[in-house]
Amino acid sequence: TKTRDSFAEQMNELFAQYRTVDEEFFEELEEILIGADAGVSTVMELIDELKEEARRRNIKDSRNIAPLITEKLADKLDRTGGDASLNMQQDEMTVILFVGVNGVGKTTTIGKMAHSFKEEGKKVVMAAGDTFRAGAIEQLDVWGERVGVDVVKQQAGSDPAAVMYDAIQSARSRNADVLLCDTAGRLQNKVNLMKELEKVKRVISREIPGAPHEVLLVLDATTGQNAMSQAKTFQEATDVSGIALTKLDGTAKGGIVLAIRNELDIPVKLVGLGEKMDDMQPFDAEQFVYGLFRELVEEQAEESS
Amino acid sequence: MAFEGLAERLQSTFDKMKGRGKVSEADVKEMMREVRLALLEADVNFKVVKKFVNDVKERAVGQEVMKSLTPGQQVIKVVNEELTTLMGGEESKIAASRKPPTVVMLAGLQGAGKTTTVAKVANHLRKHHNRKPLLAAADIYRPAAIDQLETLGKQLDMPVYSKGTEASPVDIAKGAVEEAKEANCDYVLIDTAGRLHVDEELMDELQQVREAVQPEEILLVIDSMTGQDAVNVAESFHEQLGVTGAILTKLDGDTRGGAALSVREVTGVPIKFAGTGEKIDEIDVFHPERMASRILGMGDMLSLIEKA
Ligand SMILES: Nc1nc2c(ncn2[C@@H]2O[C@H](COP(=O)(O)OP(=O)(O)OP(=O)(O)O)[C@@H](O)[C@H]2O)c(=O)[nH]1
Ligand SMILES: Nc1nc2c(ncn2[C@@H]2O[C@H](COP(=O)(O)OP(=O)(O)OP(=O)(O)O)[C@@H](O)[C@H]2O)c(=O)[nH]1
Ligand SMILES: [Mg+2]
Ligand SMILES: [Mg+2]
Repeated sequence: TKTRDSFAEQMNELFAQYRTVDEEFFEELEEILIGADAGVSTVMELIDELKEEARRRNIKDSRNIAPLITEKLADKLDRTGGDASLNMQQDEMTVILFVGVNGVGKTTTIGKMAHSFKEEGKKVVMAAGDTFRAGAIEQLDVWGERVGVDVVKQQAGSDPAAVMYDAIQSARSRNADVLLCDTAGRLQNKVNLMKELEKVKRVISREIPGAPHEVLLVLDATTGQNAMSQAKTFQEATDVSGIALTKLDGTAKGGIVLAIRNELDIPVKLVGLGEKMDDMQPFDAEQFVYGLFRELVEEQAEESS
Repeated sequence: MAFEGLAERLQSTFDKMKGRGKVSEADVKEMMREVRLALLEADVNFKVVKKFVNDVKERAVGQEVMKSLTPGQQVIKVVNEELTTLMGGEESKIAASRKPPTVVMLAGLQGAGKTTTVAKVANHLRKHHNRKPLLAAADIYRPAAIDQLETLGKQLDMPVYSKGTEASPVDIAKGAVEEAKEANCDYVLIDTAGRLHVDEELMDELQQVREAVQPEEILLVIDSMTGQDAVNVAESFHEQLGVTGAILTKLDGDTRGGAALSVREVTGVPIKFAGTGEKIDEIDVFHPERMASRILGMGDMLSLIEKA
């Protein structure tokens, strides 16, 4: 495809500036990847692999190693080439559960998704499963109004599992195609709160066998190495099926998803690029890898202009 | 294994060297490699790490470590001392204006914990300093941000000044200061909307609020799980606003919190508080030396070494 070619071209040009593949080249590469929050051990591993490969194939010119680097990175992120797709049900309601630590963007991502499903002509219902944080229900309500989607809610302080039970019945009776379930943010080391989340998921599975059809872990791209621990613990508790990587409109790169994919095999499905309802896109591995090297590309463009 | 503490890392490096008599320069280099990895895994920015490791190495290659019988522990000691110095040594308090009300503005990226922290700081000021704060709802963008602050105000039984989402943050801030004077409140804590440091329009808005109400404190609220980008965020907020301090949130998690070091290093301002939970009383005065050992992942190890 077109983007594929231009991407490869740009990477080629980028690496042309280093010319020789030497210790300095690998050091720079290591810094770029670590600076992008890619997992420390994943980076070390990758650099070793590349060094070995360069030695084996006797690669001296950086232009010849560029495709190898980008391929390796993109492969690590998207093994089958179609990992970003969501598991949508054809003849029953699709239930998507959102989980993650505090403030990463769960509620906002739900609002954006509600909007995009609605645009596709689907009937959407949102469940206000965060009954804990001040103003959480009101926040989802505002999103409901904004995108024209119903919100099922109870009072602040009520049992989130009970809210989900309610939401499922209510969404069914409204003939909804999609039910989006918000949950309160929780740090992964809070055992009780993780138990509560397991219960929420259990209630959903009991009401609809096979549901939730997606459990999306929302990760903030600004987060560093701790995102790995988040992914591990949330996966254990709720069997995460994909990642929504938010706040990529900032300067953080979210490179930790490389390590998460590498070690836990959880694919990124969506990216968040702002606070508005349209600021969401399906994940594109090549574009993401390109983003890791963005500064270098810009630097180079400046130098050559 | 990831997130192994520096102590364990150095111990195993040291174990490999045992029986070879004195420590060589190559051994020190090997130990510095471990220090580097430990700091990177703690999310300390790689540029900050580079500088730090160089400084420590100089001290280590000097007499202290090479001559020591317990070089591993010496390295930890040197690293910890340097780190504590960098973290700011002393604890730091929140300012009090001679002409009340003292205006305090909180700012930071989206979701960092500003609104929650406004409530926590207010609670802290009342509980420990016998102050009477007013909360100002100047986030007109985030859905239900005002509801959130008002709910927290109710929990605290404290006044919240708001003018809905149509008024400008500048007008809200000014109005809040007026209201505080009338109600005899001695602190005004301004909650602002989360924003990216590269969002010129919104950063400009904060500058206008600053001009209008001249806060004694502009506190950067930063999530302790932040990775390498913490330097960009801190540097940029500091350049554009001149922050006077920082607050680190979500330290009740299991993150090492290397962002703290980055923030200190690029802004030079003290970290004043640490958020340790979602509830309004879960805030602590920030302790630099505790943070240093947390970043190194060796809480109890240190006290052992001190005694040795
Ligand atoms: N710039 C940017 N901001 C975002 C993005 N996604 C969410 N936000 C903002 O991040 C902040 C937190 O988002 P929420 O959706 O409330 O996060 P949450 O995970 O539901 O938070 P809790 O429920 O408190 O745990 C809000 O100010 C959002 O507007 C994004 O992709 N880019
Ligand atoms: N565990 C824990 N959670 C915290 C802490 N501080 C804030 N939070 C949570 O983090 C999330 C975001 O907090 P907010 O206060 O809404 O953050 P904010 O910076 O005002 O967010 P925006 O206004 O959207 O930019 C909420 O779920 C809070 O409960 C803390 O110290 N520990
Ligand atoms: Mg939420
Ligand atoms: Mg807020």
